[in-house]
Amino acid sequence: MTEFAQLLVVGVVVGSIVGLGAMGLTLAFGILKFANFAHGDMMTLGMFLAYAVYTRLDGTAMGPFSVGLAMVPAMLIAMAGVGLVAASVDQTVYRRLRRRGSASITMAIASLGVAIMVRAVIQLIWGPTPVRYATGINVAWTLPFGLRMRPDQVLIVIAMFALAVGLYLLLFKTRLGKAMRATSDNPALADISGIDTERIRAATWMIAGALIAVAGVMFGVQSQLKFDAGFEFLLPMFAAVILGGVGNPWGALAGGMVVGISQEVSTLWIPTGYKTAVPFVLLTVMLIVRPRGLFGPKG
Amino acid sequence: MIEALLPVPTFLVSLSGVMNWSVGFFTTIAILGIVTLGLNIQWGYTGVFNFGIAAFLMVGAYTSALLTLPPAGDFQSYQLGLQLPVVVGWLGGAAAGAVLAFLIGMPTLRLRGDFLAIATIGMAAILRTVANTSEGLVNRARGLNGIPRFMGDYVEPSDYRWVLLATCVVALALVYLLVRAVTQSPWGRVLRAIRDNEATAQAAGKATVPYRMQSFVLGGAIMGFAGALWAHRVGTIAPDSFSDLFGTFFIWTMLIVGGSGNHLGAVVGTLVVGFFWFGTPLIQEDLPKALGTQVFVLRQFAIGLLVVAFILWLPKGLVPEQAPVSRFAPTAHRSALDRLRARLGGGESAA
Repeated sequence: MTEFAQLLVVGVVVGSIVGLGAMGLTLAFGILKFANFAHGDMMTLGMFLAYAVYTRLDGTAMGPFSVGLAMVPAMLIAMAGVGLVAASVDQTVYRRLRRRGSASITMAIASLGVAIMVRAVIQLIWGPTPVRYATGINVAWTLPFGLRMRPDQVLIVIAMFALAVGLYLLLFKTRLGKAMRATSDNPALADISGIDTERIRAATWMIAGALIAVAGVMFGVQSQLKFDAGFEFLLPMFAAVILGGVGNPWGALAGGMVVGISQEVSTLWIPTGYKTAVPFVLLTVMLIVRPRGLFGPKG
Repeated sequence: MIEALLPVPTFLVSLSGVMNWSVGFFTTIAILGIVTLGLNIQWGYTGVFNFGIAAFLMVGAYTSALLTLPPAGDFQSYQLGLQLPVVVGWLGGAAAGAVLAFLIGMPTLRLRGDFLAIATIGMAAILRTVANTSEGLVNRARGLNGIPRFMGDYVEPSDYRWVLLATCVVALALVYLLVRAVTQSPWGRVLRAIRDNEATAQAAGKATVPYRMQSFVLGGAIMGFAGALWAHRVGTIAPDSFSDLFGTFFIWTMLIVGGSGNHLGAVVGTLVVGFFWFGTPLIQEDLPKALGTQVFVLRQFAIGLLVVAFILWLPKGLVPEQAPVSRFAPTAHRSALDRLRARLGGGESAA
């Protein structure tokens, strides 16, 4: 039982990272109408941008965590940086394709090209060897029932909750959010209702970029940074997006949790090496049984 | 998987060096050309979005290797090892590719294109995981070694590369003729109709999903065959040789650069992108040192850039698709070169 609960805790941590990334991915999927295969490499970019800033600042660890307060500005810069990169890629590539009326599949292929370029740039700047934000070990806290959780992991779950709440407020309490939801539902109708949909798309890229940057930083805090680390998250994120129904951020967050928890808990029954295949199995079952997602609309 | 095969560029100074390099290069191009033709059937003709080419190459390569290798010896553990002739292995590889396509296609071909893309890229990841993890299946990450060569017993090792080149070029020619024949048939016209407008094809009474499946399976079989050719060429395969970057994205680049929807374009794209990729090491030594060490990453960047640039500015590729009209119509008599000239002269506008 303890073993199960312990895996559950780890699953929630992994699920938080996947869910954070998937929220941005599903927003972009819903509003831009194509599967963005560059999302994973944008995650890597986020973790490395934060690394670049963090290592230039005073990097002493704070309290029980392995990183210090300097990670706050580092993460903010990474969020803005990835958001800007994503929005500029949209301006130079996807916007032209949209104007031309290209199929969503064409944009998906272009996004894979973008992904390869981003990964190459990361390799050029930061090299092929993995790095870390901070050295040293992060001593785990012992929770009730003998569960153990590292302070960094608590930080990850808190960040996920904070951003989910922030995204909720943005989407449902601001004019921008309302316009984003309208554009997602029906871009043509949003256009003729006087919404500047190009501005909405730019804002969507900024938000998706910021979310994926946080996911990258959170992953980097508890692991090592490598140029292809984000790409490994692409499939779990897509699985979360499809589980939750395309365009639904809360669905994506819940989907991320399902992916993270099932991946970790599955190691009770199957060899650990197979756990990365679990999200894909979920994805396939979902595509067969209910392609519109767990919370998707009927029909 | 691609890097391993080409001789070290330093030998290039001499004429025999050029020869050595070219034999290896054209053998590689012939095999990759077959893969690109397979993708062209799926994507170029039918609009089926396969992002898991690596998975098809992998099952083809592994199936053929397991059929032709001797039974597992000490310190090895893999299934089968039937010691069948290499030709049987190739056919087995093609069959495996077809079966994989059928299995992936069953749940996903009815869905929107981007879901199929996600499912296929996932299949490649899952197959790599299984091959790396499963004990006693395909020797895990150690890979399979000593895969027999086609006619390897009858030819002097020093002359073997010529046999290999000839085999692969003949295979490419046969696959080319095959795909040309099937796409010029009424069946091929239905495929293009589905690609261009699925609703219209349905309205014309064509059950589009079975056609998509047939095209996906044919393309999968061709890719499986190419994977098998590859396995017997290199003699050693391991799960991580079939990465998404080289196994899948590289082939997409070739098709997009060449021009999807026509077979000549697929082969031309393979040649051009292949020369760009494999030719880069040749100039590496002449570059300034700082650039020389980064050249492989820059080359990767350039591959991504090529795809985006072609999609933006030359969406029809170097050899645009021929308008699907009767071959007796006047325009059909123009050669590919004529069309290329017309394009460079600013003749056709990009769609």
